[in-house]
Amino acid sequence: MATEESASVMDDYEMLISTTDVELLKRAWRNEKAAPEILQFESSLVQRIKEQIELAEQNEEIFEANNIEPLTVSLYQMDLDRTQFLLRSYLRVRLQKIEKYLFYVLKTDEYLNRLSKQEQMFARRCTDYLGSHLDETVLAKLPDNYRSILKQSITSEEDDMVPAPRLDTFVICKAKQYLSGLDFEPEYSMEITEMERDLLTFVCYKFVKKPLENGKIDLV
Amino acid sequence: MAGQSDSTMSLFSSEEIEFMAEDEMTEIVPNLRMDSLNFICGDYGPFLPQLAAQVPLWLALALKKRGKCTIRLPQWMSVENLTRVLEAERDSHAFQPLPFHYIEISRLLFDHAREDIPDMYMVRSLVEDIRDVRFHKVETNLEKFTASTVTWKNMSAMEVNVIRAFAGRALQAFYKHDNEQQTPDTDRALDKQPQIPTDRPKRNLKPR
Repeated sequence: MATEESASVMDDYEMLISTTDVELLKRAWRNEKAAPEILQFESSLVQRIKEQIELAEQNEEIFEANNIEPLTVSLYQMDLDRTQFLLRSYLRVRLQKIEKYLFYVLKTDEYLNRLSKQEQMFARRCTDYLGSHLDETVLAKLPDNYRSILKQSITSEEDDMVPAPRLDTFVICKAKQYLSGLDFEPEYSMEITEMERDLLTFVCYKFVKKPLENGKIDLV
Repeated sequence: MAGQSDSTMSLFSSEEIEFMAEDEMTEIVPNLRMDSLNFICGDYGPFLPQLAAQVPLWLALALKKRGKCTIRLPQWMSVENLTRVLEAERDSHAFQPLPFHYIEISRLLFDHAREDIPDMYMVRSLVEDIRDVRFHKVETNLEKFTASTVTWKNMSAMEVNVIRAFAGRALQAFYKHDNEQQTPDTDRALDKQPQIPTDRPKRNLKPR
């Protein structure tokens, strides 16, 4: 069909122009917002974006000194604002997630390693403050057996007071290419066998965790 | 609408979706001369009067608001195409191919570029009709799904966002109950895989 063909040509075109760092950051932001767990921090991407923002800010000063047209300056300002919004929102979503799953993130090395240095510091300080607050207000007043932040009582075998991200949350994703069974974790081979390109799929997050980490799908 | 629950539940606010839609490419005809713009998000221009150029929608709207360009209506927003889409939309259960952000793009153009849209009222009512038909379809589709994965072809950003919270939780519940049937002893299953995360800590203390 003619419409389908032109749609796929458009997609290829989109793929070509979508390689700017802003586009990558937007993708990272969307994935981070949609995923139930915290994802790997995009350190080099964030670094590059920060450098580009700094450069744009310097340019702005040069524009002002050189009496460039106000219209042009305002357009550059808009571009800068949009990029800054994206970066802030990305960092903020991550902080929210860290706060939400604070204790879980700290006791799980896999998660802890996904954080940036600053985020790790934030998580540690947050835990300290929250821990001492809970101690002072509640835990210290309870009987000895119930004073743990992580456990309901000392008879608990696991840390059963630590909320963990729910990996069985359903997310909506779109594959960038056709995915076969090999792209998914073997343990979910019963649930998911393939995914068509560009088809919106409502799916359990843990089924698509692997292709997401490999950059083969995007969450929307 | 069914999916419209607490706004904090839907992942993306409508403003955020609009923000994404503003990156869609649009054709403009500038009426000024301007050097290339080397933005962080890409390079655009140079702009010459009467020479069509491709720019992101936000840039097109910024120039439009200052009276520096006219926006060319995207091909899919022509009366002929919309009429055809509306008919097909009514005739079939499937969603017709439209831009992922068709609601946001058309809304932004109606708000800020009305004089560039020939047959503005016609176009507007067609888009609204299409939207209504599609939302109705979304709602009836919700009654049908049962499987652990559900796919939709050509559903748009706003439509997805509206049903996300509701459908997500419903599917999650289906999935959970399906698995309970297979492994009735959930407590043991949890012990075997302590990684299975639960948002809510278990209320009851260990029976031992």
